[in-house]
Amino acid sequence: MKEPALRIALAGKPNAGKSSLFNHLTGLNQKIGNFPGVTVDKKTGYCQLSEAVSAEIIDLPGTYSLYPRTLDERVVTEVFANSKSSLFPDRVVLIADATNLKNCLLLLSQLVDLNLPTILALNMVDLAARSGQSIDVKKLSEELDLPVVMINARLGEGVEALKRELTKPLSPSRRKTFTISPEIMEPVSIIKQHFRLASDYDAYQFLQQPENLKFLSDEQKAFIRKTAGDFQFFPAKYQGAETIQRYAFIQNILNAAVIRASDSDWKKASYSIDRILTHKVFGYAIFLAVLFLIFQSIFAWATIPMDFIDSSFAQLSHYLAKTLPEGPLFDLLAHGIIPGIGGIVIFIPQIAILFAFIAILEETGYMARVVFLMDKIMRRFGLHGKSVVPLMSGMACAIPAIMATRTIDNWKERIITIFVTPFMSCSARLPVFTILVALIVPDNKVLGFFNFQGLALMGLYLLGFLAAVFSAAVMSYLIKSEEKSYLVMEMPTYKIPRWKNVGYTILEKTKAFVFEAGKVILAISIVLWVLASYGPTEEMNAGKTVVAEQTRGMNLTQEEIDNRIASYHLEHSYAGKLGKTLEPLIRPLGYDWKIGIALITSFAAREVFVGTIATIYSIGNTEDEVTIKEKLRQEVDARGTPSFGTATSLSLLVFYTFAMQCASTLAVVYRETKGWKWPLIQLLYMTTLAYFSALVIYQTLK
Amino acid sequence: MKPGETALIAGFSNEDLSIKLLEMGLLPGTAIRFNFFAPLGDPVCVSVSGYDLSLRLSEARTIGVII
Repeated sequence: MKEPALRIALAGKPNAGKSSLFNHLTGLNQKIGNFPGVTVDKKTGYCQLSEAVSAEIIDLPGTYSLYPRTLDERVVTEVFANSKSSLFPDRVVLIADATNLKNCLLLLSQLVDLNLPTILALNMVDLAARSGQSIDVKKLSEELDLPVVMINARLGEGVEALKRELTKPLSPSRRKTFTISPEIMEPVSIIKQHFRLASDYDAYQFLQQPENLKFLSDEQKAFIRKTAGDFQFFPAKYQGAETIQRYAFIQNILNAAVIRASDSDWKKASYSIDRILTHKVFGYAIFLAVLFLIFQSIFAWATIPMDFIDSSFAQLSHYLAKTLPEGPLFDLLAHGIIPGIGGIVIFIPQIAILFAFIAILEETGYMARVVFLMDKIMRRFGLHGKSVVPLMSGMACAIPAIMATRTIDNWKERIITIFVTPFMSCSARLPVFTILVALIVPDNKVLGFFNFQGLALMGLYLLGFLAAVFSAAVMSYLIKSEEKSYLVMEMPTYKIPRWKNVGYTILEKTKAFVFEAGKVILAISIVLWVLASYGPTEEMNAGKTVVAEQTRGMNLTQEEIDNRIASYHLEHSYAGKLGKTLEPLIRPLGYDWKIGIALITSFAAREVFVGTIATIYSIGNTEDEVTIKEKLRQEVDARGTPSFGTATSLSLLVFYTFAMQCASTLAVVYRETKGWKWPLIQLLYMTTLAYFSALVIYQTLK
Repeated sequence: MKPGETALIAGFSNEDLSIKLLEMGLLPGTAIRFNFFAPLGDPVCVSVSGYDLSLRLSEARTIGVII
């Protein structure tokens, strides 16, 4: 494909239909990356506008104006204010929600002042018509001095017309929407000259918010601050005045171009739904029911594809074992890389289902109501209404959950949410929980309905949740922040979800997980595999002989001998040595060095615990849970007490509920907070909490 | 204001927040309708210039209105 001729940016407020339009323009031809320096997803795609012209399309985060409130919004300001950036667009399509044109035109007026060639795409014209507004498109286009195209982003109507319009030559609108106050023209022209900027408004933006323009160097920012100081330029004073002036301009245009019939009651349906969904009783009941449905699908329905993935990877390893020659390379492939990739792929069904639900909730407009319902409760613990989504997602996997915290504007609330999300019991804890719970809790039913083991499992989830809430409360007390927390959020009207958009979201999030977190998971599982398979050469080589010596006359099958050799190797590997070094430290928790090894290897991902325990106790086949359970029950340690007695098992359960034990989460936290400070504090805090809780449990019960 | 009532926005008592509210279309002189409370009495839902907005009670209090 040859270099696209045009770079086109899609901008607009949240819920205006940007993503739908983006999907219509690019189809599956899209790529997710990061904006330079920040972890905001950058969606780009290619679109053949006409036979001759192809274009690169950038989907920018939704924003109301160039004055950003969140990380996501800041990206938009940076893209438009920096004409030297590699992302600076040739053209901008501003998608406006025709039912609420006024708010959408604020950003448009700012783009016009930046001299950006812009096309206005009017979306949801049908809804506007139903609400009794008719928009004179020709007049609007004349008044704004730019092309206006009517589209229906959900159905893809008008997209061809928009494409045609985009191939035509386009000059910036000549309308001046905002006059910079004469008293500050002097600093504006100094900045404009110094940075060789194209428009006064660009210079004004530099002056207004240098701290939000990360492409400026420290000296450049200092220069701007000095200039602002010299002329006593106070951003807040001018910002409010600017907004009022812009709205006055917009109101004039709307008066000329929009004919408004009397306020009709097209929103009535939405209001009656709201009356139920935000009802005192039904509201919460419905929310709980939705949560339950999500849980149910993550735990029950996802296991079908997960089992399939699991067995496919096991078969692949098995197949390779038969076909490839033995050697270190083969070992790396069959026992390091393939299970590593399998460990990533296994999470895909859960992540896909979770994001399918989140996408549907977002698309219908219900998510805004969840935030509305939960804000007061969450605030009590130093969280924000928007923290509900990450915490909910944390039950599937902390990685996408932490990625979902980006919508929280307030830094403190975002950090706290990131910090406590890993306490929510994720799906990787489930295999560990199942085995240990099965060991200590009888499989009986109460009232023929409640399963004891199920209750125990629920208790563990509750424990994780309480730890999250408690830690959040403590954190909010400890972290001091001047930044205010806001909940100024649009409540969109209810809509039927577009399944295509849901599909794209699933694809996008899954990709982000596989490629972002996947890399770390793979790397760490390889490192841990090396630790667990290699040790001092002499000792390792002695394995076969020693085991042969021990088992002489025991009449074991070849498989049982192999299992013992594997166990011997693990014991004498570097991981084994580490486990033994760790023993004095974990002895008070009731763990021996064998569990110590499992603690180390499961640092890559918690579920590795089961596999390691199976190897170290020479159980071999890890497919069969019952076998593992039975074997573990019989194990006794050096002193003759059962290795997995009630005290030890409970202590382990609590340990796994609280401990970080997930390298990928740490990697994501590092990425999201841009530093090692928070992931390290988090690791320390969670491990300490886990250690002492497990200590108390074991010491009281032993 | 009580749920269901409509008033005109007169001004704001918090400068930081006022910039945000202005951008969202809450301009002095526009009509604002108080729709309903969240079940726990906070936040609240209001309608302004043809769309719905949710605000915390403390945020809504910074908006001065003329009934």
